[in-house]
Amino acid sequence: MSLTPSSEAELAEAIRAARGPLAVGGGFTRGMANEGEPLSTAGLSGIELYEPGALTLVVRAGTPVAEVERVLSEAGQRLAFEPMDLRPLLGTTGEPTIGGVIATNASGPRRVQVGAARDVLLGMRFVDGTGTAVSNGGRVMKNVTGLDLARLLAGSHGTLGVITEVALKVLPAPEATLTLTFGGHDPAKAVACMSAALGSPFEVTGAAHDAEAGVTRLRLEGFATAVAVRGERLAKLLKVWGAAETSEGHGPWAAIRDVTEFADRPGDVWRLSVRPSEMAEALHLAGGAQRLDWGGGRAWVLVPEGTDLRGRLGRFGPRAVLVRATSDTRAALGTFPPEAQAVTMLSARLRERFDPRGLFNPGLMEARAA
Amino acid sequence: MDMPAPSSAILSRKGAIADRLRAVLPPGCVIDDPAETRVYECDALTAYRCAPLCVVLPTSTAEVSAVLRVCHEEQVPVVPRGAGTSLAGGSLPTADAVVLGVARLTRVLDVSYEDRFIRVETGRTNLSVSMEVEAEGFFYAPDPSSQLACAIAGNIAMNSGGAHCLKYGVTTNNLLGVTMVLMDGTVVELGGPEGEALGLDLLAVVCGSEGQLGVVTEATLRILPRPEGARPVLIAFDANETAGECVAAIIRAGFVPVAIEFMDRPCIVACEAFAKAGYPDCEALLIIEVEGSEAEIADQLGRITAIASRFQPMEIREAKDSTEAARIWLGRKSAFGAMGQMGDYICLDGTIPVSQLAPVLGRIGQLADGYGLRVANVFHAGDGNMHPLILFDANSADGLHKAEALGADILRLCVEMGGCLTGEHGVGVEKRDLMTDQFRPEDLEAQMRVKDAFDPDWLLNPAKVFPLHVSASRRAAA
Repeated sequence: MSLTPSSEAELAEAIRAARGPLAVGGGFTRGMANEGEPLSTAGLSGIELYEPGALTLVVRAGTPVAEVERVLSEAGQRLAFEPMDLRPLLGTTGEPTIGGVIATNASGPRRVQVGAARDVLLGMRFVDGTGTAVSNGGRVMKNVTGLDLARLLAGSHGTLGVITEVALKVLPAPEATLTLTFGGHDPAKAVACMSAALGSPFEVTGAAHDAEAGVTRLRLEGFATAVAVRGERLAKLLKVWGAAETSEGHGPWAAIRDVTEFADRPGDVWRLSVRPSEMAEALHLAGGAQRLDWGGGRAWVLVPEGTDLRGRLGRFGPRAVLVRATSDTRAALGTFPPEAQAVTMLSARLRERFDPRGLFNPGLMEARAA
Repeated sequence: MDMPAPSSAILSRKGAIADRLRAVLPPGCVIDDPAETRVYECDALTAYRCAPLCVVLPTSTAEVSAVLRVCHEEQVPVVPRGAGTSLAGGSLPTADAVVLGVARLTRVLDVSYEDRFIRVETGRTNLSVSMEVEAEGFFYAPDPSSQLACAIAGNIAMNSGGAHCLKYGVTTNNLLGVTMVLMDGTVVELGGPEGEALGLDLLAVVCGSEGQLGVVTEATLRILPRPEGARPVLIAFDANETAGECVAAIIRAGFVPVAIEFMDRPCIVACEAFAKAGYPDCEALLIIEVEGSEAEIADQLGRITAIASRFQPMEIREAKDSTEAARIWLGRKSAFGAMGQMGDYICLDGTIPVSQLAPVLGRIGQLADGYGLRVANVFHAGDGNMHPLILFDANSADGLHKAEALGADILRLCVEMGGCLTGEHGVGVEKRDLMTDQFRPEDLEAQMRVKDAFDPDWLLNPAKVFPLHVSASRRAAA
């Protein structure tokens, strides 16, 4: 049986009535489905408030991402953090929800410029493990009133509470987009090139590298005049890393965001979060097929099924998350890496207090013993 | 302002506690002479004062840990303190508390331009962080107006903002990691230069926690490449409503200017009398600043002034060079000084939805009339963070009391209009008792559970953030 309450009150009631673990999710497209009775927020759908002149959107958690993006684009705005769609990579079906995006802090290439999903979060409503609805933050751009539970819940994968509503800062969609493409790079050279670009005043909004093809891509967005000027000056600044080809339009960034090139290739997919200056070393240890994003701060690695990538990565092991694998591999290696003892202790204490009966996605974020 | 009665048991052990602290610190790090602890009796909210039991100024994370271990064993409350510039009384001591100042933790630990971060000890001032990376063309974005004096520790505690947050975000958006010491002395690393939490984002709840969860001793901060140039335009209007509509129209047209500052007539008049910046005689004034290369600045200002022209502005004054730019900013930057010359004032920082600007200004005027007080408004219009300045006479018997009552009414108005009590200054003791106007009991309960997890004995920064009656049972149990 699965639970799809249609109001926050019904959701709270379902949680109070629960007698065992709940698999908390939105559209269940992100490969995080856990054991337990499915509890979906998909029934909590709809936009509560949208003020383009204030860059403010308040939306119920189960609202499809596609609907949010459609409404924003009609007013010339967008979700700046570029949430990824995991359906191609994972082969999942269903409808990604805005609540799922926030619960997993899913952030795409533009994170280097505008921050992650959690960075545009203005406020949140959620229901905790006792079935109590909690409101935190608000709808305004600047708010330091009380502790920031909204950002704590972002990326908590449903383990602290079930998100029912989020308030987000949205941003204008750009007038023009330009992509600069460089060839013949290895990861070290690519990172050096991307770091120089991101350290320039030209406001690069995407910096990605395909380690199989040796191709590095940089993105500029904004008003047409600014993008044209910046494109020329950036190419000049980076000419030591090769001649840049330029192309206008959206380009390959949606595919980079969703890692679609790994979609039809067999094997496990991991993501790494490492300092750009250390990424080449980490990738040398990792092997496999590799894609870099975030100027080299994130990598996607495709390795044969069952590979213990954390074991291979040495000191970078605790920076690897398992994204796609069989359930056996997931059970053996765990989705999330181990953390320092004090962090594990504090996280456990928070879960005990927000979800005292251990209902929400139990064990999902726990590391497996090495 | 109610504060809990100090523990007589702790007061009676003062000498023994100071001796234990001396034993774990180098010479000269413990201050317990009442003449010297007076320096620490308040922060920038000077209306409230209380000398602490003693003050410790450790010089390393290990020493902070040793101090907290002693205080934990002795069950003595600890008040963390950065530079003491809090406008909300965030580091107001209690008589039975040890003030733990991070002023001697000022080293730069690491800088990476390739990875775009700097790691510093948190006693370092905000501005000195930017100065450290300036030669390489970088800066640290959050820029509270106290940036010359305020410490990174306090910026993290209050999640400080500044004039440029519409584009660059506040502290939480620019903080990558911290080293923090828990009340029992445990040292914990949260986040790091990678900038992405893989487990629970504990860093997110530590930022802005006002010293309730731990003492942050080191911080990894994102640094950004400095824009090539910046230039403002000044636009004058004959009504607050029109100025508010113009702000919304500019944002709707796809601009996120680095700053949109708003001044109302009382503020313009005061600034003009003080700084003689040559501002037009008008009801409302916007200063909008854009960044980029010369060509980009010209393009953006051209488009912005075209939009503004649709709102019948009384004047549009575009800065042609840096002298004219400085003149446009002169009045705005003198606002607090100009107010100070007119009398005593308290500065609020509630935030409202940008769409509610004009009605809120109207109702603030009515409330002020009701109290017979004057209020001037200068604020960050792009993000709705108001800074009403309430003028009063501190020498009159009920001057402060009346100004505080008007301030509370204005903050309740901000909440009623969909906003919040504080946009960047923090709750501290100043807004503590208004928290129940913004939050329901269950909302505060959820926040206090985080405090329970990090500081189970409720010893850190006592009697702040949560109204005393709301936290009473927890404080009694601890």
